[in-house]
Amino acid sequence: MTQAAKPAARPLSPHLQIYRLPLAAWLSITHRITGVGLTLGTLLLTYWITAAAYGPDAYAAFTDYLDSPLGYLVLFGFSVALFYHLCNGIRHLFWDAGKNFEIAATNRGNVVVLVGTVVLTALAWFLALA
Amino acid sequence: MFASHNLRTPLGRARGLGSAKDGLHHWWLQRLTALALIPLTVWFVASVVGLAGSGYEEFATWLSAPCTAAAMILFLGITFHHAQSGMQVVLEDYVSDHGWRNASIIVVKFICYGLAVLSIVSTLIVSFGG
Repeated sequence: MTQAAKPAARPLSPHLQIYRLPLAAWLSITHRITGVGLTLGTLLLTYWITAAAYGPDAYAAFTDYLDSPLGYLVLFGFSVALFYHLCNGIRHLFWDAGKNFEIAATNRGNVVVLVGTVVLTALAWFLALA
Repeated sequence: MFASHNLRTPLGRARGLGSAKDGLHHWWLQRLTALALIPLTVWFVASVVGLAGSGYEEFATWLSAPCTAAAMILFLGITFHHAQSGMQVVLEDYVSDHGWRNASIIVVKFICYGLAVLSIVSTLIVSFGG
């Protein structure tokens, strides 16, 4: 070899810092973030049931905490994270079964997950406050 | 070429190392719990929406029905299993230091199983009428 081989124009592996993440990738990392958030939320779930086990006074103290602007904010965030993780989790199960990997199907899935999250959250809060 | 003290073929030795199916155990349980959580989460959210604005008496009456208590215990047990399973994957991916990674996974698992038992015992106490 007397001549340096010209580097072939191969596709480069995308790097997080220079690669604009497609929507599906944002939804994927959001799945993990909401999963971690929901794990923290299990503290609230446990507090709720344990307060009831301690009796009516402890239960009333718990519901008083929640009946505040901060309480509603936490509950709202909890519900959004739960519905998102539920909708996107169902999509992950389809992926695990080898379905819906085509770009068109993935893009449709993005819309279904986002619309589903908004609709379910709105429905739950409408029914809860009605 | 095999040493005289070992007449097993390489394939036989590889098979003796155990079934590769075990490698799926964590992945499979995460999906199985996810699948179970779809109906359980819908039930849980619908129940919480129905209980919105009610006090201790309604909550205790609701939880003391056998099917409600059973569904709640299933929901709690599977939720905490799914949570520690997902947290393990997240910690394995993002905590690069070996010691911290193992330590954080152990702590998260201990906390999740502790909360699972606490919330299930509390469910039983409320269900049996405290």
